[in-house]
Amino acid sequence: MPRLVIAGLEACYGSLKVLDGIDLDVASGDVIGLIGPSGSGKSTILRSLVGLTPPTAGSVEIDGDNVDYKDAASVARLRDRLAIVFQQYNLFQNMSVLQNVMIAPTKIKKRPSAEVEEEARALLAKVGLGDKLDRYPDELSGGQQQRVAIARALALRPEILLLDEVTAALDPELVSEVLDTIRVLAREGMTMLIVSHEMGFIREVSREVVFMDAGRIVERGPPSRIFDAPTEPRTRDFVSKILRH
Amino acid sequence: MWERLVEEAPSFFSYYNVIFLLKAALATVALSAIGCLLGVLFGTLLALLRLTSAAVVAPFRWLGILYTEIFRRIPFLVTLMLVFFAVQLSGNDLPMFGVAAVSVTLIASAFLAEIVRAGFESVHRNQWDAAAAMNFGMLDTVRYVILPQAWRIILPPAFGFFVLFIKDTALASQIGVIELTFAGKVLNNKGFSAVLVFGTILVAYFSVSWPLSRLGKHLEFRLASSRHRRS
Repeated sequence: MPRLVIAGLEACYGSLKVLDGIDLDVASGDVIGLIGPSGSGKSTILRSLVGLTPPTAGSVEIDGDNVDYKDAASVARLRDRLAIVFQQYNLFQNMSVLQNVMIAPTKIKKRPSAEVEEEARALLAKVGLGDKLDRYPDELSGGQQQRVAIARALALRPEILLLDEVTAALDPELVSEVLDTIRVLAREGMTMLIVSHEMGFIREVSREVVFMDAGRIVERGPPSRIFDAPTEPRTRDFVSKILRH
Repeated sequence: MWERLVEEAPSFFSYYNVIFLLKAALATVALSAIGCLLGVLFGTLLALLRLTSAAVVAPFRWLGILYTEIFRRIPFLVTLMLVFFAVQLSGNDLPMFGVAAVSVTLIASAFLAEIVRAGFESVHRNQWDAAAAMNFGMLDTVRYVILPQAWRIILPPAFGFFVLFIKDTALASQIGVIELTFAGKVLNNKGFSAVLVFGTILVAYFSVSWPLSRLGKHLEFRLASSRHRRS
């Protein structure tokens, strides 16, 4: 039984249609990898899901609840169950690492501060930043900032975690520390939608890989089939280019 | 010239004149404070209004923009006359100080609305995205995320405006409010040397405006350093 059902999702930037009828089911514990060329709409799926780029057509259902993107309360209920990690980390620049992780659970979800702090410290230790609690984002490397962003997302206790090209802005040598963190989450059974250009990583952690082009899903299937035996010419073309270097 | 000033000084700084000048200085300070404080309050509200996107508030948003664009573009004196005659026309017997207070508030709100808005806009769009995705409402986002980052952008032009603004309250003398400039004219008409009178007025303006600039610098420094507590 899928938790999240996306059907016929469309989204536009001005007059440009960037998503053109996306159907996607996400079940509990699923790790779905979204791949495709730049501009194919992978990131827009995630932004549309959380309502940052509201869909113009189609439907999104979470646990049987239909989401109405024109209704703030409905979007708020949805956002309560999802968390997104951005390519550019988007950490709050005016807050320390610990404050970044604690702010939403304490101020928005109104959970007791002591309990949240304990959890935040544990999460930051888990992503390997237990010694950076009082640092500010601009004092950290990109990889460290991205791990703080992941801890911040986890502190929301999301049912589904959306990762939007989380390693794309990082130096190559910092990529692995972030990927290791995500690997751990995958092993723990976290439900995730992962947009990434790290093909080896996608192949390794995903249960299902979705290949997109020009706002549409071209092909989907288990990683081994998509990467080793794609049936669509467009997928074959993309995969062969990727694997050549 | 010096002999004349020294000779005049004791009679100029008589008990009566000093009280008169202090009262005038108080009027200048009061007009400035009303303008700055209410201007910050209404200016911030106008800037917040501009951040909204809901259709129901659209008419208010457009009125706010219209107001801001108009009152930043007309001379202070014209605003003053406008309020003065509007009050007269309505048959209201608001005292002249009240007319001046309303005028300074109208002007300061319009200017500060733009300064605060520019500060809000200086904060990167991705901070809004992150907050929205974590279910922050608009006011929570401004309070916890945007304002703490926008302060440093808002403070220098805001205090620059306050300093200009203190001088502009002199125009209230045109409708007979007894503030520093008006007091200067009165004492000059009484026959005191213009150099002595307006020199004193200069010192008075300076002693109102200088501490304000220092306060601005202090706040800038404090807010700039609070983000890196140890450095």
